[in-house]
Amino acid sequence: MWREHNLAAAYDAVIVGAGVHGLATAHYLAANHGFTNIAVIDKGYIGGGGSGRNTAIIRANYLTPEGVRFYDRSVKLYESLAADLNFNVMFSQRGHLTLAHNDASLRTMRWRAEVNKLEGVDSEVIGPDEIKRLVPFMDVSADTRYPILGALYHPPGGIIRHDAVVWGYARAADARGVQIHQNTELVGIETDGDKVVAALTGRGRIATPMIVNCTAGWGTLVAAMAGVRLPIVTHPLQAAVTEPVKPFLGAVVVSGTLHVYVSQTDRGELVFGASTDQYTSYSMRGSLEFTEELAGHVLELMPSIAKLRVLRQWAGLCDMTPDFSPVMGVTPVEGFYLDVGWGTYGFKAGPVAGEAMAELLATGKTPEIIAAFDLARFADGRLVGEKGAAAVGH
Amino acid sequence: MILVPCPHCGPRNVAEFRHVGEAAARPDPASATPEQWRGYLYLRRNPAGPTTETWYHRAGCRAYFAAERHTVTNEFRRTWLPGEVAALAGGATEMGAGVDASGGQGSGGKST
Repeated sequence: MWREHNLAAAYDAVIVGAGVHGLATAHYLAANHGFTNIAVIDKGYIGGGGSGRNTAIIRANYLTPEGVRFYDRSVKLYESLAADLNFNVMFSQRGHLTLAHNDASLRTMRWRAEVNKLEGVDSEVIGPDEIKRLVPFMDVSADTRYPILGALYHPPGGIIRHDAVVWGYARAADARGVQIHQNTELVGIETDGDKVVAALTGRGRIATPMIVNCTAGWGTLVAAMAGVRLPIVTHPLQAAVTEPVKPFLGAVVVSGTLHVYVSQTDRGELVFGASTDQYTSYSMRGSLEFTEELAGHVLELMPSIAKLRVLRQWAGLCDMTPDFSPVMGVTPVEGFYLDVGWGTYGFKAGPVAGEAMAELLATGKTPEIIAAFDLARFADGRLVGEKGAAAVGH
Repeated sequence: MILVPCPHCGPRNVAEFRHVGEAAARPDPASATPEQWRGYLYLRRNPAGPTTETWYHRAGCRAYFAAERHTVTNEFRRTWLPGEVAALAGGATEMGAGVDASGGQGSGGKST
């Protein structure tokens, strides 16, 4: 799939983090711009961070025009990814439902639907009858504690095999000459004045004029090595999966009020996610409180799955920003680039983030599609508020 | 389960608390530069290791207090009420709840 290499003394660019963002950036640098003297380094293994811990949901039904355009480009890239990489990523566009349990969230759903339609993204608000038709096991009766009043229905949304995406990008980048170095931890960044000159790793020094921070969880720590401070705090996000059962859940279901999202994989397991743990932490331990709360909320939506057993639970790290949008682009340090702050929405953005970061590195110009997500927006007061569409009960 | 040693109530389940955030002294509104305000509003150290922060015992005594916690192990090394800061050795001046060493008000602090 990909080769091992000795660490060279110099590369044209060093990408930190071998997850979907880092590998996609490397792939598009090679495929779209002909840059191949690139190292992707990771302190662990390929796809071992957020890329292997997310719940693999892909969608573009965001709230701000900037967000909708950005994630829609990612959905488009995902749609052709299996063919582009010659690797089956099992993208299943089975439809995505965001439930509204009160008037305020119904208004937000309507708002999102109209912004989506203006940007050419297929989204519409539907009522309980239509929800029942799409997900027959859902309790849409009016006498529940949080009755379902409607939903934002987003047909292009779905799920994907997240490991396959990472492996596909790694294989394609490797085939074009990109070097992937696993078990290679970044320990420092050498600068000359305000200019990057080298990446210091556990395996030695790499001279390079460009370093891209494509990490999740450790975004602030890597940026601090270059002297760049970020508006980011790290929260754990837990998820769980049940034993496999026959296919019965045809859509991805999200409820912000009940703090839960659920989908059924091709293997038949139900995959659950929830809101992030409330305190900041770098710990990836699961908690019983999470499973208890999750189970209670899922059963309010689908009482019939009460006897389904949870097989395992895990956690990943989310770099949360104040506006629930990422931080991408240039920094005050020349040659140090950011692709961080991916909160709970990083995996679905992998292809478009890689494509845009590759263009930025190759041309030196910030692509229009990520211009709104720059670090300077916090100083200038230009926040891109995505909380209404990116968060599950924070 | 993570146990948080509340200065009033003793060790209690973390679910009873609200994590307010990293402790940072609020700049003086009269003399702060825009850069200082931005830093106070948005920038965080977010360390992987010991950190000083403010917690709120929302389902208990409802006091704000300061805590020193390790963000990798979630071990609480000590917690203290705003008024107790002067009594602590080592000068934990970077706390948000209550009064910092220079006498300014902290970030999320309510007097208890």
